[in-house]
Amino acid sequence: MEQMIRQVLADYGRLPVDAMTLDVDADLYRCGLTSHASVNVMLALEDAFDVEFPQELLRKKTFESIFAIEQALSGLVTSDRVSSV
Amino acid sequence: MNAANILGAAQLESRRGRSDPYLAFRQELFDEGLLVPTGVDGLYLRAERFEEIVRGLDVLVSLAGRAEASATYHFPLVMSRALLDRTDYVRSFPDLLGTVQSFAGDDRAHAELLRTVEEGGEWVAHLEPTDIALCSAACHPLYPSQSGPLPFGGRTVEVYGQCFRHEPSVDPARMQAFRQHEFVYLGTPEGARRHRDLWVERALSLHRSLGLEVEAVVANDPFFGRSGRMLAANQRDEALKIEIVSPICSSESPTAITSANCHEDHFGLEFDIVADDGAVAHTACVGFGVERVTLALLHTHGLRKESWPPSVRNVLGL
Repeated sequence: MEQMIRQVLADYGRLPVDAMTLDVDADLYRCGLTSHASVNVMLALEDAFDVEFPQELLRKKTFESIFAIEQALSGLVTSDRVSSV
Repeated sequence: MNAANILGAAQLESRRGRSDPYLAFRQELFDEGLLVPTGVDGLYLRAERFEEIVRGLDVLVSLAGRAEASATYHFPLVMSRALLDRTDYVRSFPDLLGTVQSFAGDDRAHAELLRTVEEGGEWVAHLEPTDIALCSAACHPLYPSQSGPLPFGGRTVEVYGQCFRHEPSVDPARMQAFRQHEFVYLGTPEGARRHRDLWVERALSLHRSLGLEVEAVVANDPFFGRSGRMLAANQRDEALKIEIVSPICSSESPTAITSANCHEDHFGLEFDIVADDGAVAHTACVGFGVERVTLALLHTHGLRKESWPPSVRNVLGL
Protein backbone atom coordinates (compact mmCIF):
# COMPACT_ATOMS: atom_id res chain seq x y z
CA MET A 1 0.00 0.00 0.00
CA GLU A 2 2.78 2.41 0.94
CA GLN A 3 4.44 2.04 -2.48
CA MET A 4 1.17 2.74 -4.27
CA ILE A 5 0.59 5.85 -2.14
CA ARG A 6 4.11 7.05 -2.94
CA GLN A 7 3.48 6.48 -6.64
CA VAL A 8 0.23 8.51 -6.51
CA LEU A 9 2.05 11.32 -4.69
CA ALA A 10 4.83 11.25 -7.29
CA ASP A 11 2.32 11.35 -10.16
CA TYR A 12 -0.22 13.83 -8.81
CA GLY A 13 1.31 15.66 -5.82
CA ARG A 14 3.43 18.11 -7.87
CA LEU A 15 5.95 17.84 -5.02
CA PRO A 16 9.34 19.49 -5.35
CA VAL A 17 10.80 16.50 -3.43
CA ASP A 18 11.05 12.79 -4.27
CA ALA A 19 7.87 11.08 -3.03
CA MET A 20 9.53 7.67 -3.24
CA THR A 21 12.09 8.47 -0.53
CA LEU A 22 10.03 10.73 1.75
CA ASP A 23 9.72 9.80 5.41
CA VAL A 24 6.28 8.27 6.10
CA ASP A 25 5.70 10.89 8.80
CA ALA A 26 6.91 13.86 6.78
CA ASP A 27 4.36 16.70 6.59
CA LEU A 28 3.39 16.72 2.92
CA TYR A 29 2.07 20.28 3.06
CA ARG A 30 5.41 21.50 4.42
CA CYS A 31 7.04 19.52 1.60
CA GLY A 32 5.09 21.59 -0.94
CA LEU A 33 1.74 19.83 -1.39
CA THR A 34 -0.79 22.55 -2.29
CA SER A 35 -4.52 22.40 -1.49
CA HIS A 36 -5.35 21.90 -5.16
CA ALA A 37 -2.71 19.20 -5.63
CA SER A 38 -4.03 17.42 -2.53
CA VAL A 39 -7.42 17.21 -4.24
CA ASN A 40 -5.78 15.52 -7.25
CA VAL A 41 -4.01 13.14 -4.89
CA MET A 42 -7.33 12.34 -3.19
CA LEU A 43 -9.04 11.53 -6.51
CA ALA A 44 -6.06 9.47 -7.72
CA LEU A 45 -5.99 7.48 -4.46
CA GLU A 46 -9.69 6.70 -4.89
CA ASP A 47 -8.99 5.35 -8.38
CA ALA A 48 -5.88 3.44 -7.34
CA PHE A 49 -7.51 1.73 -4.35
CA ASP A 50 -11.06 1.61 -5.72
CA VAL A 51 -12.52 3.35 -2.67
CA GLU A 52 -14.44 6.54 -2.01
CA PHE A 53 -13.38 8.81 0.83
CA PRO A 54 -16.45 9.66 2.96
CA GLN A 55 -17.31 13.29 3.66
CA GLU A 56 -15.63 13.33 7.09
CA LEU A 57 -12.28 12.32 5.57
CA LEU A 58 -12.39 14.98 2.83
CA ARG A 59 -10.08 17.35 4.69
CA LYS A 60 -6.50 18.42 4.73
CA LYS A 61 -5.52 16.32 7.76
CA THR A 62 -6.34 13.05 5.99
CA PHE A 63 -3.59 13.70 3.44
CA GLU A 64 -0.96 15.34 5.65
CA SER A 65 1.53 12.44 5.52
CA ILE A 66 2.04 9.06 3.88
CA PHE A 67 1.26 7.48 7.25
CA ALA A 68 -2.00 9.47 7.61
CA ILE A 69 -3.09 8.46 4.10
CA GLU A 70 -2.28 4.83 4.86
CA GLN A 71 -4.35 4.98 8.06
CA ALA A 72 -7.33 6.47 6.24
CA LEU A 73 -7.12 3.99 3.38
CA SER A 74 -6.73 1.00 5.73
CA GLY A 75 -10.06 1.87 7.34
CA LEU A 76 -11.77 2.19 3.98
CA VAL A 77 -10.30 -0.89 2.36
CA THR A 78 -11.17 -3.01 5.44
CA SER A 79 -14.71 -1.72 5.78
CA ASP A 80 -15.25 -2.22 2.05
CA ARG A 81 -14.16 -5.84 2.38
CA VAL A 82 -16.42 -6.34 5.41
CA SER A 83 -19.39 -4.82 3.64
CA SER A 84 -18.83 -6.95 0.55
CA VAL A 85 -18.72 -10.23 2.52
CA MET B 1 -49.11 34.19 -25.04
CA ASN B 2 -52.42 36.04 -24.63
CA ALA B 3 -53.24 38.85 -22.21
CA ALA B 4 -55.00 36.56 -19.74
CA ASN B 5 -51.92 34.38 -19.46
CA ILE B 6 -49.66 37.38 -18.89
CA LEU B 7 -51.97 38.65 -16.16
CA GLY B 8 -52.03 35.20 -14.61
CA ALA B 9 -48.24 35.00 -14.56
CA ALA B 10 -47.95 38.48 -13.04
CA GLN B 11 -50.50 37.67 -10.33
CA LEU B 12 -48.71 34.43 -9.58
CA GLU B 13 -45.39 36.28 -9.37
CA SER B 14 -46.92 38.86 -7.06
CA ARG B 15 -48.47 36.18 -4.81
CA ARG B 16 -45.16 34.34 -4.63
CA GLY B 17 -43.48 37.65 -3.87
CA ARG B 18 -45.48 38.06 -0.72
CA SER B 19 -44.32 34.71 0.68
CA ASP B 20 -40.72 34.79 -0.57
CA PRO B 21 -38.71 37.59 1.05
CA TYR B 22 -36.16 37.62 -1.81
CA LEU B 23 -38.83 38.02 -4.50
CA ALA B 24 -40.67 40.54 -2.34
CA PHE B 25 -37.63 42.80 -1.85
CA ARG B 26 -36.69 42.51 -5.52
CA GLN B 27 -40.23 43.54 -6.50
CA GLU B 28 -39.98 46.57 -4.16
CA LEU B 29 -36.73 47.58 -5.90
CA PHE B 30 -38.42 47.18 -9.31
CA ASP B 31 -41.52 49.12 -8.18
CA GLU B 32 -39.33 51.93 -6.86
CA GLY B 33 -37.36 51.99 -10.11
CA LEU B 34 -34.01 51.40 -8.40
CA LEU B 35 -33.43 48.25 -10.44
CA VAL B 36 -35.03 47.51 -13.80
CA PRO B 37 -35.65 43.87 -14.81
CA THR B 38 -34.04 42.49 -17.99
CA GLY B 39 -35.89 39.20 -18.14
CA VAL B 40 -32.85 37.36 -16.74
CA ASP B 41 -32.64 36.67 -13.00
CA GLY B 42 -29.58 38.33 -11.54
CA LEU B 43 -29.15 40.83 -14.38
CA TYR B 44 -30.61 44.30 -13.86
CA LEU B 45 -30.35 47.83 -15.12
CA ARG B 46 -29.34 50.12 -12.27
CA ALA B 47 -30.91 53.54 -11.81
CA GLU B 48 -28.86 56.66 -11.06
CA ARG B 49 -30.34 56.69 -7.54
CA PHE B 50 -28.78 53.24 -7.00
CA GLU B 51 -25.47 54.25 -8.54
CA GLU B 52 -25.04 57.39 -6.43
CA ILE B 53 -25.05 55.16 -3.35
CA VAL B 54 -22.44 52.90 -4.99
CA ARG B 55 -20.27 55.95 -5.76
CA GLY B 56 -20.54 57.13 -2.15
CA LEU B 57 -19.48 53.69 -0.95
CA ASP B 58 -16.55 53.56 -3.37
CA VAL B 59 -15.24 56.86 -2.01
CA LEU B 60 -15.63 55.64 1.57
CA VAL B 61 -13.87 52.33 0.89
CA SER B 62 -11.13 54.07 -1.02
CA LEU B 63 -10.49 56.55 1.78
CA ALA B 64 -10.22 53.66 4.25
CA GLY B 65 -7.30 52.05 2.42
CA ARG B 66 -5.82 54.17 -0.30
CA ALA B 67 -2.97 55.46 1.87
CA GLU B 68 -1.48 51.94 1.86
CA ALA B 69 -2.03 51.30 -1.85
CA SER B 70 0.82 51.88 -4.26
CA ALA B 71 -1.56 51.81 -7.26
CA THR B 72 -5.24 51.81 -8.15
CA TYR B 73 -6.55 49.90 -11.17
CA HIS B 74 -9.92 49.66 -12.88
CA PHE B 75 -10.45 46.30 -14.58
CA PRO B 76 -12.86 45.55 -17.42
CA LEU B 77 -15.51 42.85 -17.24
CA VAL B 78 -13.50 40.54 -19.50
CA MET B 79 -10.01 39.10 -19.16
CA SER B 80 -7.67 36.62 -20.81
CA ARG B 81 -9.34 33.19 -20.91
CA ALA B 82 -6.03 31.56 -19.93
CA LEU B 83 -6.47 33.11 -16.48
CA LEU B 84 -9.41 30.80 -15.69
CA ASP B 85 -6.97 27.92 -15.99
CA ARG B 86 -4.04 29.59 -14.24
CA THR B 87 -6.11 30.67 -11.22
CA ASP B 88 -7.66 27.15 -10.99
CA TYR B 89 -11.10 28.75 -11.42
CA VAL B 90 -12.04 26.24 -14.11
CA ARG B 91 -11.30 23.43 -11.68
CA SER B 92 -12.94 24.99 -8.63
CA PHE B 93 -15.96 26.84 -10.06
CA PRO B 94 -16.76 25.50 -13.57
CA ASP B 95 -20.45 26.14 -12.94
CA LEU B 96 -19.92 29.86 -12.28
CA LEU B 97 -17.57 30.84 -15.11
CA GLY B 98 -18.33 32.29 -18.51
CA THR B 99 -16.30 32.55 -21.72
CA VAL B 100 -16.79 34.71 -24.80
CA GLN B 101 -17.57 33.18 -28.17
CA SER B 102 -17.69 34.85 -31.54
CA PHE B 103 -18.22 34.03 -35.18
CA ALA B 104 -15.12 33.05 -37.15
CA GLY B 105 -16.61 31.43 -40.24
CA ASP B 106 -16.88 32.38 -43.92
CA ASP B 107 -19.90 33.47 -45.98
CA ARG B 108 -21.14 29.94 -46.28
CA ALA B 109 -20.96 29.40 -42.50
CA HIS B 110 -22.65 32.79 -42.01
CA ALA B 111 -25.55 31.64 -44.20
CA GLU B 112 -25.90 28.52 -42.03
CA LEU B 113 -25.80 30.68 -38.91
CA LEU B 114 -28.58 32.91 -40.29
CA ARG B 115 -30.66 29.91 -41.26
CA THR B 116 -30.45 28.63 -37.70
CA VAL B 117 -31.40 32.10 -36.39
CA GLU B 118 -34.42 32.22 -38.72
CA GLU B 119 -35.50 28.76 -37.65
CA GLY B 120 -35.30 29.84 -34.01
CA GLY B 121 -32.53 27.31 -33.40
CA GLU B 122 -29.51 27.34 -31.09
CA TRP B 123 -27.36 29.67 -33.21
CA VAL B 124 -24.67 29.91 -30.52
CA ALA B 125 -23.54 26.48 -31.73
CA HIS B 126 -22.12 28.26 -34.81
CA LEU B 127 -19.73 30.37 -32.72
CA GLU B 128 -16.12 29.64 -31.79
CA PRO B 129 -14.37 30.26 -28.45
CA THR B 130 -12.23 33.42 -28.29
CA ASP B 131 -9.26 34.01 -26.00
CA ILE B 132 -11.52 36.16 -23.77
CA ALA B 133 -13.43 35.12 -20.63
CA LEU B 134 -15.64 36.99 -18.21
CA CYS B 135 -13.86 38.03 -15.04
CA SER B 136 -15.12 36.02 -12.06
CA ALA B 137 -13.19 37.67 -9.23
CA ALA B 138 -11.99 41.26 -9.30
CA CYS B 139 -8.41 40.58 -8.24
CA HIS B 140 -7.63 37.72 -10.66
CA PRO B 141 -6.52 39.92 -13.60
CA LEU B 142 -4.04 41.62 -11.25
CA TYR B 143 -1.74 38.66 -10.55
CA PRO B 144 -0.04 38.21 -13.96
CA SER B 145 1.13 41.83 -13.69
CA GLN B 146 2.74 41.15 -10.30
CA SER B 147 5.26 38.45 -11.30
CA GLY B 148 8.77 38.94 -9.95
CA PRO B 149 10.19 40.29 -6.70
CA LEU B 150 8.02 42.48 -4.48
CA PRO B 151 9.39 45.56 -2.69
CA PHE B 152 10.36 45.40 0.99
CA GLY B 153 7.19 45.11 3.08
CA GLY B 154 5.16 43.80 0.14
CA ARG B 155 2.70 45.69 -1.99
CA THR B 156 -0.94 46.75 -1.64
CA VAL B 157 -3.06 47.47 -4.71
CA GLU B 158 -6.55 48.93 -4.94
CA VAL B 159 -8.77 47.30 -7.56
CA TYR B 160 -12.14 48.25 -8.99
CA GLY B 161 -13.36 45.15 -10.79
CA GLN B 162 -16.43 44.04 -12.68
CA CYS B 163 -17.40 40.42 -12.27
CA PHE B 164 -19.67 37.77 -13.75
CA ARG B 165 -20.87 34.62 -12.06
CA HIS B 166 -23.37 32.30 -13.62
CA GLU B 167 -25.76 31.82 -10.73
CA PRO B 168 -29.21 33.06 -11.75
CA SER B 169 -31.29 33.78 -8.66
CA VAL B 170 -34.34 35.79 -7.61
CA ASP B 171 -32.31 37.07 -4.64
CA PRO B 172 -31.56 40.64 -5.73
CA ALA B 173 -28.24 40.44 -3.84
CA ARG B 174 -27.11 37.51 -6.00
CA MET B 175 -26.46 39.35 -9.22
CA GLN B 176 -24.79 37.66 -12.18
CA ALA B 177 -23.00 40.91 -13.10
CA PHE B 178 -21.64 42.92 -10.20
CA ARG B 179 -18.65 44.91 -8.95
CA GLN B 180 -16.05 44.31 -6.27
CA HIS B 181 -13.93 47.07 -4.76
CA GLU B 182 -10.81 45.40 -3.44
CA PHE B 183 -7.56 45.99 -1.65
CA VAL B 184 -5.08 43.23 -2.48
CA TYR B 185 -1.90 42.60 -0.51
CA LEU B 186 1.09 40.68 -1.87
CA GLY B 187 3.99 39.83 0.42
CA THR B 188 4.81 37.55 3.34
CA PRO B 189 2.42 35.09 5.07
CA GLU B 190 2.39 37.32 8.18
CA GLY B 191 1.71 40.40 6.09
CA ALA B 192 -1.18 38.67 4.34
CA ARG B 193 -2.80 37.62 7.63
CA ARG B 194 -2.32 41.12 9.01
CA HIS B 195 -3.94 42.69 5.93
CA ARG B 196 -6.90 40.32 6.14
CA ASP B 197 -7.44 40.79 9.89
CA LEU B 198 -7.02 44.57 9.68
CA TRP B 199 -9.64 44.74 6.94
CA VAL B 200 -12.13 42.57 8.83
CA GLU B 201 -12.04 45.15 11.62
CA ARG B 202 -12.08 48.08 9.21
CA ALA B 203 -14.98 46.67 7.22
CA LEU B 204 -16.99 45.97 10.37
CA SER B 205 -16.61 49.55 11.58
CA LEU B 206 -17.18 50.99 8.10
CA HIS B 207 -20.47 49.10 7.74
CA ARG B 208 -21.52 49.93 11.29
CA SER B 209 -20.85 53.63 10.63
CA LEU B 210 -23.50 53.26 7.91
CA GLY B 211 -26.03 51.88 10.40
CA LEU B 212 -25.80 48.31 9.08
CA GLU B 213 -26.23 45.27 11.29
CA VAL B 214 -23.16 43.16 10.52
CA GLU B 215 -21.03 40.36 11.92
CA ALA B 216 -17.88 38.57 10.79
CA VAL B 217 -18.15 34.82 10.17
CA VAL B 218 -15.81 32.10 8.91
CA ALA B 219 -16.97 31.06 5.46
CA ASN B 220 -16.05 28.99 2.42
CA ASP B 221 -16.29 29.49 -1.32
CA PRO B 222 -18.82 27.34 -3.22
CA PHE B 223 -16.18 25.00 -4.68
CA PHE B 224 -17.63 22.53 -7.18
CA GLY B 225 -18.13 18.81 -6.61
CA ARG B 226 -16.51 16.31 -4.22
CA SER B 227 -13.04 17.74 -4.59
CA GLY B 228 -14.67 21.11 -3.89
CA ARG B 229 -15.98 19.82 -0.57
CA MET B 230 -12.42 19.07 0.43
CA LEU B 231 -11.22 22.53 -0.59
CA ALA B 232 -14.14 24.10 1.29
CA ALA B 233 -13.35 22.05 4.43
CA ASN B 234 -9.70 23.15 4.24
CA GLN B 235 -10.71 26.76 3.80
CA ARG B 236 -12.96 26.60 6.87
CA ASP B 237 -10.49 24.60 9.00
CA GLU B 238 -7.85 27.24 8.42
CA ALA B 239 -10.30 30.19 8.63
CA LEU B 240 -8.93 31.55 5.35
CA LYS B 241 -12.16 33.30 4.38
CA ILE B 242 -14.02 35.72 6.63
CA GLU B 243 -17.29 37.17 5.44
CA ILE B 244 -19.02 40.25 6.78
CA VAL B 245 -22.69 39.27 6.68
CA SER B 246 -25.81 41.40 7.00
CA PRO B 247 -29.47 40.34 7.09
CA ILE B 248 -30.77 41.79 3.81
CA CYS B 249 -33.70 39.45 3.15
CA SER B 250 -33.20 36.85 5.86
CA SER B 251 -31.93 36.81 9.43
CA GLU B 252 -31.36 33.03 9.34
CA SER B 253 -29.07 33.19 6.32
CA PRO B 254 -27.67 36.72 6.18
CA THR B 255 -25.95 37.87 2.99
CA ALA B 256 -22.19 38.27 2.65
CA ILE B 257 -21.65 41.91 1.68
CA THR B 258 -17.87 42.02 2.06
CA SER B 259 -15.27 39.29 2.33
CA ALA B 260 -11.65 39.19 3.43
CA ASN B 261 -9.58 36.25 2.26
CA CYS B 262 -6.14 34.72 2.64
CA HIS B 263 -5.08 32.90 -0.55
CA GLU B 264 -1.87 31.56 1.01
CA ASP B 265 0.64 30.95 -1.82
CA HIS B 266 -1.99 29.97 -4.40
CA PHE B 267 -1.39 32.96 -6.69
CA GLY B 268 2.24 33.53 -5.65
CA LEU B 269 3.20 30.03 -6.88
CA GLU B 270 1.34 30.18 -10.21
CA PHE B 271 2.40 33.71 -11.09
CA ASP B 272 5.99 33.59 -9.72
CA ILE B 273 5.49 36.40 -7.25
CA VAL B 274 8.35 36.61 -4.75
CA ALA B 275 8.22 38.22 -1.29
CA ASP B 276 11.01 40.40 0.12
CA ASP B 277 12.45 37.40 2.01
CA GLY B 278 12.91 35.49 -1.25
CA ALA B 279 10.06 33.04 -0.55
CA VAL B 280 6.93 32.53 -2.66
CA ALA B 281 4.59 35.44 -1.97
CA HIS B 282 1.34 35.00 -0.07
CA THR B 283 -1.61 37.15 -1.04
CA ALA B 284 -4.79 38.34 0.65
CA CYS B 285 -7.65 40.53 -0.41
CA VAL B 286 -10.67 42.33 0.93
CA GLY B 287 -13.55 42.72 -1.48
CA PHE B 288 -16.52 44.99 -0.91
CA GLY B 289 -19.57 43.84 -2.87
CA VAL B 290 -20.75 47.36 -3.56
CA GLU B 291 -24.14 46.37 -4.96
CA ARG B 292 -24.76 44.16 -1.94
CA VAL B 293 -23.78 46.87 0.54
CA THR B 294 -26.08 49.23 -1.37
CA LEU B 295 -28.93 46.73 -1.09
CA ALA B 296 -28.25 46.30 2.64
CA LEU B 297 -28.47 50.09 3.03
CA LEU B 298 -31.72 50.27 1.05
CA HIS B 299 -33.20 47.43 3.06
CA THR B 300 -32.12 48.91 6.39
CA HIS B 301 -32.89 52.60 5.86
CA GLY B 302 -35.62 52.52 3.22
CA LEU B 303 -35.77 52.76 -0.57
CA ARG B 304 -35.60 56.56 -0.66
CA LYS B 305 -32.51 58.33 0.61
CA GLU B 306 -34.71 61.18 1.87
CA SER B 307 -35.76 58.93 4.76
CA TRP B 308 -32.20 57.86 5.65
CA PRO B 309 -30.48 59.06 8.83
CA PRO B 310 -28.66 62.34 8.09
CA SER B 311 -25.40 60.90 9.42
CA VAL B 312 -25.48 58.05 6.87
CA ARG B 313 -26.35 60.40 4.01
CA ASN B 314 -23.57 62.66 5.12
CA VAL B 315 -20.93 59.92 5.19
CA LEU B 316 -21.95 58.83 1.68
CA GLY B 317 -22.20 62.36 0.33
CA LEU B 318 -25.89 61.87 -0.56
